[in-house]
Amino acid sequence: MLKLFLTLEWKSFFRSASFKANLAIKIFMVFGALYFMAVFLGLGIGAFYIIERQGWGDPLLVVNRFMIYYLVGDLYIRYMLQKMPITNIKPLLYLPIKKSRVVAYSLGKTVFSFFNWSHAFFFIPFSVVLLVEGYSPLGTMGWHLGIMALFFCNNFINVLVNNKDNVFYMLLGLFSFLGICQYYEMFNITVYTAPFFNALYQLPWMALLAWGLLIALVSNAFLYFKRHMYLDAGLAGKKSLAKTEDYVWLNRFGNLGTFLKNDIKLIKRNKRSKTAVIMSFFFIFYGLFFFTGAVEAYDGPIWKIFAGIFISGGFLFSFGQFVPSWDSSYYPLMMSQNIRYREYLTSKWYLIIIATLVSTILASFYIYFGWDAYLAVIVGAVYNIGVNSYLVLWGGAYIKTPIDLTSNKKAFGDKQAFNAKTLLLTLPKLLLPLGIYALGHYLISPTVGYIFVGMAGIIGFGFRNRVFALIEGIYKKEKYKTIAAYKQKT
Amino acid sequence: MITVQNLTKKYGESIVLNIENLEIPKGQSFGLVGNNGAGKTTFFSLMLDLIQSTTGHIINNGVQIDAREAWKPFTSAFIDETFLIGYLTPEEYFYFIGELRGRNKADVDIHLEGFKDFFHDEILGQKKYLRDLSKGNQKKVGIVASFIGDPEVIILDEPFANLDPTTQIKLKGIIKDLAASKEVTVLVSSHDLIHVTEVCERIVVLNKGEVVRDIQTSMETLNELEVFFGG
Repeated sequence: MLKLFLTLEWKSFFRSASFKANLAIKIFMVFGALYFMAVFLGLGIGAFYIIERQGWGDPLLVVNRFMIYYLVGDLYIRYMLQKMPITNIKPLLYLPIKKSRVVAYSLGKTVFSFFNWSHAFFFIPFSVVLLVEGYSPLGTMGWHLGIMALFFCNNFINVLVNNKDNVFYMLLGLFSFLGICQYYEMFNITVYTAPFFNALYQLPWMALLAWGLLIALVSNAFLYFKRHMYLDAGLAGKKSLAKTEDYVWLNRFGNLGTFLKNDIKLIKRNKRSKTAVIMSFFFIFYGLFFFTGAVEAYDGPIWKIFAGIFISGGFLFSFGQFVPSWDSSYYPLMMSQNIRYREYLTSKWYLIIIATLVSTILASFYIYFGWDAYLAVIVGAVYNIGVNSYLVLWGGAYIKTPIDLTSNKKAFGDKQAFNAKTLLLTLPKLLLPLGIYALGHYLISPTVGYIFVGMAGIIGFGFRNRVFALIEGIYKKEKYKTIAAYKQKT
Repeated sequence: MITVQNLTKKYGESIVLNIENLEIPKGQSFGLVGNNGAGKTTFFSLMLDLIQSTTGHIINNGVQIDAREAWKPFTSAFIDETFLIGYLTPEEYFYFIGELRGRNKADVDIHLEGFKDFFHDEILGQKKYLRDLSKGNQKKVGIVASFIGDPEVIILDEPFANLDPTTQIKLKGIIKDLAASKEVTVLVSSHDLIHVTEVCERIVVLNKGEVVRDIQTSMETLNELEVFFGG
């Protein structure tokens, strides 16, 4: 029976549409994966010595102190990305297979998820280093096994709470708040949580508690799914209560308003697009790496522009990049309706512009790091509006990856999005403004650098009609290919 | 109204559609029948410029479809669920289509009033997004939306499939009324020979991409079709 399940799994993996990417990209991805494994391994081995050399105290205690955030962060990432095991159950329901077996298999499958074993790349080398450095073998063992159990607990917590957005966002809010409290030294939650993780080392039998918790969660999840394995219960997709919304205030924009209304609903009502917006919010804080001097490599003056572009352009990159794929599930409708490409594109463009302006205003806290920092953000925003907004729309015409709005899968990049044309288009998006700034900065003065980049944006803005006509032509040319590509659902 | 000339569509070596000549006069209710893979949906997709023909072209009311877009304002269609926007409520979807076709909210409301019976209280005011409706109800929405804005050409691919018997009968009535007005050209495809013979004045049979029968519907038509498909 297990063999049968595994062959199904094997076929679904190797026959999926996305697997049939070309060889070069596969090799590229393998190298990428190897690179990340190497980084984690390096971190696992190096973490101990880095902490020791920096004089932060006993490495194990330091790691234990931040363990609570690691665990919560892990849960957050799982919630956003980890696929639920129930997706492929439906066709198995009416076959002569025992329910408990199907549930056991689906839950068992999650154990082998990347989200579980990836942590091993950090914890195994770290534990080995602990042993080498003379920590008690029994204690290290208890600690390692205990922490491992906790990560598997996360796995099953995620299975249980999936789709319970309220609970999830409340927890997220709570821990962000605690994090801020700790940063400003008002209240330190790690004082209360660290002793537990320390205890795993000092009293190795404590690991049994973690394993007990894990077993409780597993049996809970098992019973829950077994009891709810009906199409209208555990297997039903989440149905939200719909409300018809008019947005009458957008009517004054005519046809453009029609599209804007739709785009707002698109963003509000779909998981994938909401994630894009949340991501663009986090982009705002990306600049902290640059302006606080946290990362030495970013200290050069031209990197400020780089930061400025990312801070104001989060939405542009996370949403704009995938126009028109957001409309992929009903693209044939759009193409046969009485719609002019110009209006369709303009609506998306306005969304990008509005989001860029909002990000720029939200980013005004960078004034804290000096007007120079905020000026970089403003100049970046001008460049985003004047140049990058066209470039993402242009690049979108070539991406042609259908987007499943209701799922977060692939929200963080898709290999099909990497093709030669889109890669070429990232050059002017990111490197050109750096070059322009460097030109002004080194030849004349930093201020002139800012002026140059801003000018590039303003000039680009002036050519709006020309550029739109150009992009329109490309969309028209690519129309049939795009429709055909959107039809291939995975 | 619609003229098809030397229209072919090839995928690699295989010819999926090959129509030498076809004229559909204004106001005709036109039925397209054929087995799976006969080319019905391919033909409709070509009518909507969703795929490119290999040779030849279609002229709709004087507009060559793959050259200009002027056919869009007077042509509407419901082919499959890719014509629905899943995250809208039925009302929002109707208003959206209405706005694209130059009809305001009040116009659309009046239009929908006429289909109250057809909806059978399962569409409007349900607090559901289109993606959460059943297949049959989704189809009802798509079909009714294709009537918004007084189009002159309406293309419906398999409109009877997935509908319950009551709705099928009502839909037949609606299509007959449209045809009777002689203002609207209705193109319908179906696997159900009884339904097409009932609503269409003319039936064209496609087989492996070619027109093999072109019949003005009469009392004997159903019999003739059954002989064709049965033998």
